Amino acid sequence: MRARLLYPVGLPFLLLVVWALATTSSTNRFFPGPAAILDAFGETWIGPAFVDDVLPSLSRLAIGIVAAIAVGVAAGTLIGLVRWLRELSEPLLEFFRAVPPPVLIPIAMLLLGITDTMKVVVIVSGAVWPILLNTVDGVRATDSVQSETAAAFRLTRWERLRFLVLPAASPRIMTGVRQGLSVALILMVISEMFASSAGLGYRIAYFQRNYLVAEMWSGILLLGLVGVLLAAVFGLVERRVLRWYHGIKEVNRG
Amino acid sequence: MRVRKPLLGAAGLLAFLVVWQLLPALGLVDRQYLPYVTDVLGRLVEELRDLAFWRRLGLTMSSWAIGLTIATGAAVVLGTMVGLVPFLRRATHTTVEFLRPIPSVALIPLAVLLFGIQQRAALVIIVYASFWQVFVQMIYGVADVDAVARDTARSFGVTRRERLVYLILPTALPYLMTGVRLAAAVALILAITAEMVIGNPGLGRMIELSRSAGDAVGLYALVVVTGLLGLLVNVFFRFVERRALSWHQSVRGEEVL
Repeated sequence: MRARLLYPVGLPFLLLVVWALATTSSTNRFFPGPAAILDAFGETWIGPAFVDDVLPSLSRLAIGIVAAIAVGVAAGTLIGLVRWLRELSEPLLEFFRAVPPPVLIPIAMLLLGITDTMKVVVIVSGAVWPILLNTVDGVRATDSVQSETAAAFRLTRWERLRFLVLPAASPRIMTGVRQGLSVALILMVISEMFASSAGLGYRIAYFQRNYLVAEMWSGILLLGLVGVLLAAVFGLVERRVLRWYHGIKEVNRG
Repeated sequence: MRVRKPLLGAAGLLAFLVVWQLLPALGLVDRQYLPYVTDVLGRLVEELRDLAFWRRLGLTMSSWAIGLTIATGAAVVLGTMVGLVPFLRRATHTTVEFLRPIPSVALIPLAVLLFGIQQRAALVIIVYASFWQVFVQMIYGVADVDAVARDTARSFGVTRRERLVYLILPTALPYLMTGVRLAAAVALILAITAEMVIGNPGLGRMIELSRSAGDAVGLYALVVVTGLLGLLVNVFFRFVERRALSWHQSVRGEEVL
């Protein structure tokens, strides 16, 4: 019982102690101690900055992710189901997936100016590709016996989509969403570092330019927390959506 | 039937280019913001003849290659160790789960503080991001050793070293390849991103310069270049993967079909 508690907290605790000890004896101003960072964290982010910088960033991220999932799954399902459309768009999709998402920021700035819309568009246009391509693969991999059964029972197109195609593709869709999430977070930060006067990414870059080192570290810590939180929420959602799938895998293994 | 697919693909590409050409030509989007595709392609050809362009490309790709190599080397060693020793795996789990989701771009300010606008600052970002891709795959791969094979090796009294070389590493190789392929794509993204944000010389910096100079044609041409680079990296690593795993069921199975 004690070991179960010791394992998860042991190493992080050890690292913190080592860090604290190392920073008390050195004078390197780029690496403040954990206590200083924690202080800066409280002062910087709890208070008005939370409303002015953190919330807008997170809401743009949320809108971007939801839009990317909606567009990716809708377009992916269509392309996955219609063969000529797939063959028509395949080379294009391969190309767009290969474009490093951050280079879209200058283009979006050119087309849309420095606005909130531009940041959301950047997040969507980067995060949509893994979701779209995984959806296409997932839809294509629908079990043929099942689709023929569905056809024999004269399921309507809508029913087939709702009860066969989308559930069959959902494990792949979730894989795509997980990849999309990390791209979205990266783009949220960079779009703000680039072109903004508020937001998490802007704040962190601002602290760095003004040599507010502890504050900068607290920003990195906050971004880390956002990343962990995002991964945790995704884990919860995935477990709910794919409960049946994990169940089948368990049965097969047993 | 066999020509249909590439033909349709080419048609799709052509349609995209035509639409791109028509959008500014019909005045739907201002030419300043979306230049003619013919101008962009023309500029692309011009760049390809320019030695300075190749030098910048070389800088970007050398950051990419160095970063990817360091990350892969460290991840293979550490991943094998952590994957093989249950104690280490349990002890590092929470730390890894916290460090991995930190977006590597969050470290850009730190890297700039430490190294200024040098290549080393970009390498910090590239290595951090691509390390986790390989590391996690390596842990899974090492843990995936077939129970029968493991017991057989044990009853034959195979030494630890032989077990590592003939049993564990071949088992982990498909995972490693997947990890390296993902890491190569991530490393390219961050090599270019770092140049855009930090400003160390390379393609990314050129993109940022074209944007601030209002040179839309050059900007679009460079974006197309980065896309082609990404495509090339993908194709190359898929090829390497197939070659390295030619003995593996996942590749051999495809060829029989």
